[in-house]
Amino acid sequence: MRIHADIARCQGYGNCAGLDSEHFDLDDDGLVVIRRERVTDDEDMIVREAVRSCPAEAIWLADDDD
Amino acid sequence: MTIDHVVVVGSSVAGIRAAQALRADGYDGELVVVGAESAAPYDKPPLSKQLLTGETTTADIGLLRADGEFDLRLGVAAASLDPASKKVVLADGQPIAYDALIIATGVRARMLPGTDETLVSPLRELKDAVALRARLASGAPVVIIGGGFIGAEVAAAAAVAGCQVTIVEALPAPFARVLGPDAGALVSELHAAHGVRVLTNVTVAGVEKLPGDGALVRLADGRTLEAGTVVAGVGCVPNTEWLGDSGLPLADGVHTDEHCAVRGAADVYAIGDVARWHDRAGGITRRDEHWTNAVEQANLVAHQILRPDDPRHYASVPYFWSDQYGVKIQLVGRVALDDAVQVLRCATPAGDRNVALYSRDGRLTAAVTFGWPRGSVTARQALQRGAAVTDVLAALTKLSGPLTREV
Repeated sequence: MRIHADIARCQGYGNCAGLDSEHFDLDDDGLVVIRRERVTDDEDMIVREAVRSCPAEAIWLADDDD
Repeated sequence: MTIDHVVVVGSSVAGIRAAQALRADGYDGELVVVGAESAAPYDKPPLSKQLLTGETTTADIGLLRADGEFDLRLGVAAASLDPASKKVVLADGQPIAYDALIIATGVRARMLPGTDETLVSPLRELKDAVALRARLASGAPVVIIGGGFIGAEVAAAAAVAGCQVTIVEALPAPFARVLGPDAGALVSELHAAHGVRVLTNVTVAGVEKLPGDGALVRLADGRTLEAGTVVAGVGCVPNTEWLGDSGLPLADGVHTDEHCAVRGAADVYAIGDVARWHDRAGGITRRDEHWTNAVEQANLVAHQILRPDDPRHYASVPYFWSDQYGVKIQLVGRVALDDAVQVLRCATPAGDRNVALYSRDGRLTAAVTFGWPRGSVTARQALQRGAAVTDVLAALTKLSGPLTREV
């Protein structure tokens, strides 16, 4: 799986980086930075939680070939 | 026991995210979500923020997504629960049996005692926000009773809409209840800079109807304020009346253990604003009215139902945000009013930003940032690892350059 982000939707809530600092961070303008796109099977659960924790629905997971 | 019938009561963010988490985590049994409101499930924080200012529309705040399909029954409230026979009965008399039940009925705004409710604009549901937005557009003066964050957000939206705005607060400073006086003063300054009048140390004696559409707000010290619109933000009460005969432990919320499981009732969980959960670390019960808390508990309970052999306890760092005049105010942690506080001005690459750090015995307990999400995340991660306030100062300095002490 791979993480996708729509920077135009990001509002800087920071829930993603608060939950999972391996994959997510914020930049100086408060916008999401994907530190690592690829998600291994054992990381799937925490990344899904991070995705559901985004109030702006700015991040999502999709299959590698999507 | 196999779980084949899950019922969620409540169609706001906690209930919907719980249903979605169950599906995402592999649950393929029957899943019913009951909601008292007939509007399609939507997100509540924008009601007092972007929806009121017109920065977003009702179409943008829906909670349903493609990844979670369930049987959504809207426009009918749950009327009662019998935990012994594991049945919820809806207001239309229809019973629904469950193997696992998630209670997520939320809270409603507290009414002002002794006041004609029809003179005060409510703000809890989508239709309230739409109606209030139309009222603000008329430009008539607005009086806001209660200087908490809902009141502050409505004040900001009304000021931006061009209304003359007055906030009436019982405490010496608005926002002091949540942030303490030092950081609370920063919020007051923000409002003063936008022409909002803040009256403190005064309570409201009553609201009276004026000829036409207006109202007269009578203060306890004898002053009166004429208003086209009156909004009250004086706290909320949990929606637990429907559980009155259930035998569930109810006292300012539905009481749960540290896994969000309701005490004394098998396979019943409570999450979000309505849940009073056991904080293992603090040894006390807490009820949080925060969006993030609702979603975290939704995730936890989905996990709990599907993997009872792998229990997790709820122990989150609280997080709350507010949007006022385009400034995102983010609070992480729990502010105790006797904590040490330092208010700092940080020269971040995106401009100067204010931050207040709260600490006890040298450990960070909470942080509030004004327009600096990166600083908020840094503080949040520090709280999660129990960092010393000196470490947080060092981390923030690394992001921003030198910090100036304001207070």
